[in-house]
Amino acid sequence: MFETLSDRLNETFGKLNRKGRLTEADVDAAMREVRRALLEADVNFKVVKDFVATVRERAVGQDVLRSLTPAQTVIGIVNEELITVLGADQVPLNPPLSPPQIILMVGLNGAGKTTHSGKLAVHLRKQGRNPLMVAADVYRPAAITQLQSLGKQVNVPVYEEGTTSNPVDIARNAIAFATDRGFNPVIIDTAGRLQIDQALMQELVDIKEAVGPSEILLVADAMTGQEAVGVAQEFNARLDVTGLVLTKMDGDARGGAALSIRAVTGVPIKFIGTGEKLDALEPFHPDRLAGRILGMGDVLSLIERAQEQTDEKDAERLQNRMMKGQFDLEDFLDQLQKIKKMGPLSQIMDMIPGLGQQMRQAKAQISDDDYKQVEAIIRGMTAWERRHPERIDHSRRRRIAKGSGVERQDVNRLLSQFKDMQKMMGQFSQMAKKGKMPKNMPFDM
Amino acid sequence: MLRKLFRRQAEPDVQIEKGLEKTRKGVFLEITRLFDRSEIDDELFEDLEMLLIQADVGWDVSQRLVKELQQRITDERIVNPADAREVLRLEMIQLLELATRNRKVKILQRGVPFVILVTGVNGTGKTTSIAKLAEYHKSFGRTVMLAAGDTFRAAAIDQLKVWGERLDCPVIAHQQGADPGAVVFDAMVAAHNRNVDVLIVDTAGRLHTKHNLMAELHKLRKIMQKHVPEAPQEVLLVIDATTGQNGLVQANEFSKSVEVTDIMISKLDSTARGGIAFSVAKELGTPISYIGTGERAIDMAEFKPDTYVDSLFFGEGEGF
Repeated sequence: MFETLSDRLNETFGKLNRKGRLTEADVDAAMREVRRALLEADVNFKVVKDFVATVRERAVGQDVLRSLTPAQTVIGIVNEELITVLGADQVPLNPPLSPPQIILMVGLNGAGKTTHSGKLAVHLRKQGRNPLMVAADVYRPAAITQLQSLGKQVNVPVYEEGTTSNPVDIARNAIAFATDRGFNPVIIDTAGRLQIDQALMQELVDIKEAVGPSEILLVADAMTGQEAVGVAQEFNARLDVTGLVLTKMDGDARGGAALSIRAVTGVPIKFIGTGEKLDALEPFHPDRLAGRILGMGDVLSLIERAQEQTDEKDAERLQNRMMKGQFDLEDFLDQLQKIKKMGPLSQIMDMIPGLGQQMRQAKAQISDDDYKQVEAIIRGMTAWERRHPERIDHSRRRRIAKGSGVERQDVNRLLSQFKDMQKMMGQFSQMAKKGKMPKNMPFDM
Repeated sequence: MLRKLFRRQAEPDVQIEKGLEKTRKGVFLEITRLFDRSEIDDELFEDLEMLLIQADVGWDVSQRLVKELQQRITDERIVNPADAREVLRLEMIQLLELATRNRKVKILQRGVPFVILVTGVNGTGKTTSIAKLAEYHKSFGRTVMLAAGDTFRAAAIDQLKVWGERLDCPVIAHQQGADPGAVVFDAMVAAHNRNVDVLIVDTAGRLHTKHNLMAELHKLRKIMQKHVPEAPQEVLLVIDATTGQNGLVQANEFSKSVEVTDIMISKLDSTARGGIAFSVAKELGTPISYIGTGERAIDMAEFKPDTYVDSLFFGEGEGF
């Protein structure tokens, strides 16, 4: 939906290139594009202002004016600065002064506190810990049941006192309970609240004073707009937040909110939530997010999506078949299905960096309908034909075309393309045998 | 006159106005104050653009609004800042009217359940919005049934049941993890047998990038149509008012896969800026029909461009 920054910068400098020399005014034009890109990614206005000023200073200093590839130079600077602001190091959870380790989850309604309490419990248990979750959201209907049900799914106990108790008492009693039974860490799920709701904010302060958590995690939705800063500032001012959990990062939100919050409060981003499943919690990678804010494509996410669809054994078997030149139409169809599950083709292509302007034009030509046609043709074949595409003669081709509702040329084209593909694979495997290529080719997607 | 029809009691309106008060004090009031100056200068436009962006109106639409304002000020030789403010106000209302002109008049037929499919990404407040819709339709004397189609999120079913009890609406539900299609099927049958006027179907929150989940919505639609060919008569997309520019992408994607007929902007009681309504109005034809302004079932109002703009941006509206 949004053009990427690199496209726009290329365009800006492209116009200027014809003039020959670049001037400082041209840098300003580029900075306007940087500003726009950040604003479209929902980075806070004030943060953008400071950020662009820094980038501009560096850009002028680094002789963007004389650079042969000014667009790339600017993007390089922007990327570096983004990573600097986002924090280059991975910050782990704070160790407690004395056990149990108490983690307080806070945030607005619908940010994903309860789900991420569950995810965090799973994450910590994987490290050999013995977590307890505490249901301190007594307001939202069925919030306690939600946490209990999560607890059951992941086999983590939940401490609750129903909806009639006071959240401060619940938290205090829960810590006593945990100390007694040897649970550590204790994750306290609190009710969603607006940062301006004085009564509810005071409740959090009271909980904090009552139990003295070593970690207060602000759970924030990656899709939040300009308000993100206000939310984070207020929570931070009242509670001294120690870390940020950015949720719903499996969507396509650019996640500018993270940059804003980090820049304004200095609170490190500790985790990102990347899916609905309870193991979808990841440590934070500033470089990935920087690329994402800039809309530069996200190869790592693409690989992850691919991995979601394939298991290792499958991939290995397939690789072997490719190496031996046994890759047939059956395998091809299987791969098509997997790519299809990863989402619409256009979206997948957006994740591949460097597929800038040229590809965007090509995208209009490659549609998901093409997929369908190929699929239909292969499905129109018998199992024997799929395994022996080279033996499909004219009469069979005619039948397949009729059966799948396409012209005979379409069948011919598919078969000849497939033949080329097999040939290429053969060459690859020859090279691999001679040791010219690494054996683990990323061909399994 | 017409607005009076939609008003039920005086009390909720006061509440809604109070809910929006918090919002008004923020960035929106600053826009009004911006025009409290002696003359129109360049600084005014710069600050205005900044404030609009801060209100989540988005870069594109902010630019357009400012440019149009500048143009009209030159064309019409406006010198008084107060007049300029009125021009901006009308411009904004006009923009939002784009989001209402496609609204279809919905007709409730006797003996045919009016089916509302409620969708949205995770955490936008779908279930609470359903309670509000139920309350809304009940206030017109219609019988309402709820269907717990969110079988994924832990306790989503219980949450809906709690609301059902509070509002005295029957809730059709299966176990967690059940097929939402089966729930919808049963709900359609039950709605028909019990002669229910309005059936509201909850669905699991889903990110618009999840291909297979979006396909599931399509399936639910087909199941409904087996019973009532024109169902769902309303497909409601709930967008959180704190959402930034991603809200536009969401609305677009949902519209593509399930033909969203109406949008509800939820959580407008927060300090949320609600500027996303402008991008949605400009870029998509999908009408914005409701706004949600609080956590109670009565905290909902119909979306009206003039009240929206006046209440949020100019702090002088009579409330919703």
